[in-house]
Amino acid sequence: MKKLFIFLLILLQYQQVNAAEVNIYSARKEALIKPLLDQFTKESGIAVNIVTGKADTLLKRLEVEGRNTPADLLLTVDVARLIRAKEKGLFQQIESELLNQVIPENYRDDDKQWFGLSLRSRVIIYAPDRVNETDLDSYIDLADKKWADRICVRSSSNVYNQSLVAAMIANYGLEKAERWATGLVNNFARPPKGGDRDQIKAVAAGVCDVALVNNYYLAGMLESSQKSEIVAANKIKLFWPNQDGRGAHMNVSGAGVLKPAKHKKEAIQLLEFLVSDYAQQWYADTNHEYSINPEIESSSVLKSWGKFKADDLNLGLLGQYNTEAVLLMDRVGWK
Amino acid sequence: MLATRAAQALPNGLVFKTSLFKITKWNSVLVFLSLLFSIPLAVIFGSLFFPEYEVWEHLRATVLTDYIGNSLALLVGVGFFSLLFGVIPAWMVTMYRFPLSRQLEWALLLPMSMPAYIIAYSYTGALDVAGPLQTMLREFTGWQYRDYWFPEVRSLGGAIAMLSLVLYPYIYLLARAAFIEQSVCVLEVSRTLGCNAVDAFRRVALPLARPSIMVGLSLVVMETLADYGTVQYFGVSAFTTGIFRTWFGLGNSLAAAQLSALLLMFVAVFLYLEKRSRKQARYHHTSSTYSSLMQQRLTKRQGFIALVVCAAPLVFGFIIPVSLLINWAVDTYAEVLGKDFYLLLFHSLLLAFVTSVLALAIALFMAYSNRNSPSLLNRIMVRFVSMGYAIPGTVIAVGVLIPFAWFDNSLDTLLMENLNINSGLLISGTVFTLVFAYLVRFLAVSINTVEAALVKIKPVMDEVAKTTGMRAGTIVKRIHIPMMRGSLLTALLLVFVDVLKELPATLILRPFNFNTLAVRTYELANEELLAEAAVPALAIVIAGIIPVIIISNSISRSRPGHE
Repeated sequence: MKKLFIFLLILLQYQQVNAAEVNIYSARKEALIKPLLDQFTKESGIAVNIVTGKADTLLKRLEVEGRNTPADLLLTVDVARLIRAKEKGLFQQIESELLNQVIPENYRDDDKQWFGLSLRSRVIIYAPDRVNETDLDSYIDLADKKWADRICVRSSSNVYNQSLVAAMIANYGLEKAERWATGLVNNFARPPKGGDRDQIKAVAAGVCDVALVNNYYLAGMLESSQKSEIVAANKIKLFWPNQDGRGAHMNVSGAGVLKPAKHKKEAIQLLEFLVSDYAQQWYADTNHEYSINPEIESSSVLKSWGKFKADDLNLGLLGQYNTEAVLLMDRVGWK
Repeated sequence: MLATRAAQALPNGLVFKTSLFKITKWNSVLVFLSLLFSIPLAVIFGSLFFPEYEVWEHLRATVLTDYIGNSLALLVGVGFFSLLFGVIPAWMVTMYRFPLSRQLEWALLLPMSMPAYIIAYSYTGALDVAGPLQTMLREFTGWQYRDYWFPEVRSLGGAIAMLSLVLYPYIYLLARAAFIEQSVCVLEVSRTLGCNAVDAFRRVALPLARPSIMVGLSLVVMETLADYGTVQYFGVSAFTTGIFRTWFGLGNSLAAAQLSALLLMFVAVFLYLEKRSRKQARYHHTSSTYSSLMQQRLTKRQGFIALVVCAAPLVFGFIIPVSLLINWAVDTYAEVLGKDFYLLLFHSLLLAFVTSVLALAIALFMAYSNRNSPSLLNRIMVRFVSMGYAIPGTVIAVGVLIPFAWFDNSLDTLLMENLNINSGLLISGTVFTLVFAYLVRFLAVSINTVEAALVKIKPVMDEVAKTTGMRAGTIVKRIHIPMMRGSLLTALLLVFVDVLKELPATLILRPFNFNTLAVRTYELANEELLAEAAVPALAIVIAGIIPVIIISNSISRSRPGHE
């Protein structure tokens, strides 16, 4: 019993103590950020400790840990969660000329509490053998009867869909957005299931003709380790929606420094590293996201999709309308 | 009910008397432990005092019927199929000899090492519309997607199939242990009274094994209700998906906790009904005359049928999904294996080991306190603690997070004000928190298994031992432990395998830079990198196989009189 107790005590001490370090709670999966963090440690000598998880559980953890939380930085993959963190008063204001300079105004918080680090767009993909490109137009158009039984999209539990609906509410008002969502749901070819890659595969397999997905999933499939994914990805094409209107729906992955941060200086240093040319090029090349810095070159896959018009909606609104979006999706039966 | 009547003929005078509230030293420790492990559940139930009318109105108007309907359908479906896959093969491999029956004895347990979300990933990868099978079918026949019918894996039916295939071993395990332990005499007597083989099974063996089978079934039911990974992946809106959605989507953790409390009430009702339905009957074995089980050799045709029936759950629950995983792992293992990977393995094994030992110790303590001074309070406490098994890991994790952080922060404030010491977060975010959460979630497994074993030791034996001058400690050591060895090992290893597979609580509570195989599998699979996820998934399965085989061996040897 005594030995067991000592053993437990040793376990308690498992956490490393390090002088120059920064602690991250990250909603971005470890594999999709670790190489960058390693590079940061190599350049700066600052050790990076990380716990990954779902954004909301990390928020809950931060909330209950309160002023004693060991975390310095929160990374998320969607702006809605950044704003939820801000609303809960978890972030602090950060003054960094570099961040303000590199990141365009609509991709960072007005109160300097969170900063976008990479960009992604929710686009339409289609099967060119069954869909004429000229028939495609905007998100709104997907509610049209001509798409009945032809659309695939994942569950409304997914935050990317929530943010898209929130953007529709912000752009067109609640009533029009709800009418649109009703039409869209009526056009579903199957009940929502799986992730974004699943929707791409479903279009390739002929389950549906068009789908809504984040751009980097398609790019990832084109460079997949699985031959079947490459084959499927080559069967479909990408369409930039809303090019005659507001532009394609954008979202950011981003971060904010937490109020109780004990390593504020290091946290800012890491943020500044994440918008550096090196890091931004890595985001583009490895994850096929668009750089937050317009001057960075895209990956070759991204380039092959050409230039596009992005919706310049203030992303803060996506957070503001998030709950309303979820309620709306429940009402229209978007599972 | 032949067996029941025989059991009732037992002199009941020797059974310990029950009192309502009795406080002894043992009892107070028991109460303390139970209270400690009830904290997370209390946090969840506490939420009921703060009703969220608006959210509930919205849920009721839109999705609540779906949640309840689907969860009930899951329960009934998974319960039925796990009984089918569990009880029948258990009886057959125990009583009959047929081709491969010896191998099936242990192999039927293998699906237990397979986490439900992993079997779901692998079947989806293979059978989905875009999977290799249907793609081949389309290419071969020239059909389009709408030209043919193919079962949809990602559906309610699919979820029932996946969960049944990995959960039936709980029932198989306990049913087989019960069949092995039974006295042949009772069966032989039933035959002389005119029962045929089927009757002997239905009217004697089954009622005698019922407490064990019900323990297995209640584990299956609770595990089904707590499942999130599978239903979420399959797009089935069940209670758990509802809890997550209310919490994450609507950002309302209070209403989410209330949904969990509702889920708990389901479980409480089920447990109560089950207990009540066998209240009158006592299931002590009435004879301790053990002659070796005569396994009947089946004819060729019968043997073949038996083989097909018994092998089916193994083939679909283990062999096929593992082959699929291996097939993917071959492509990707080079990238995934590495120093980092062995650390994951080490973390997983360490957590599983520490938790299973602690769980067994606590379960033994609770079961004995309950046996020695069975008060109503004790019984309620122990029942309450074992409900953790039915709660989704995420909810438990939050139930642990809140009180622990509160404790840490209060302590910090206290020390700051009085001694000017900053203690920060002392236990939050440590491995200790994680192990505690596992215990809350999995204590039910060890408590149920230990209790079921202890119940079968007739109180008469203790009385007899006492007359020979043995003291309580000696009775436990020389009589109980040898009789329960198999069950104790089972309790230990069941928790071990459960912790290996556990995902949501680990994801939320783990310290910095601390990952497990389950976490890595989830992260890759969640990015839809199924091929890359196959390597850590296989590692979980392989690490789980070894304890599963040990369990099986110990059960085979557990038959009294076994040489």
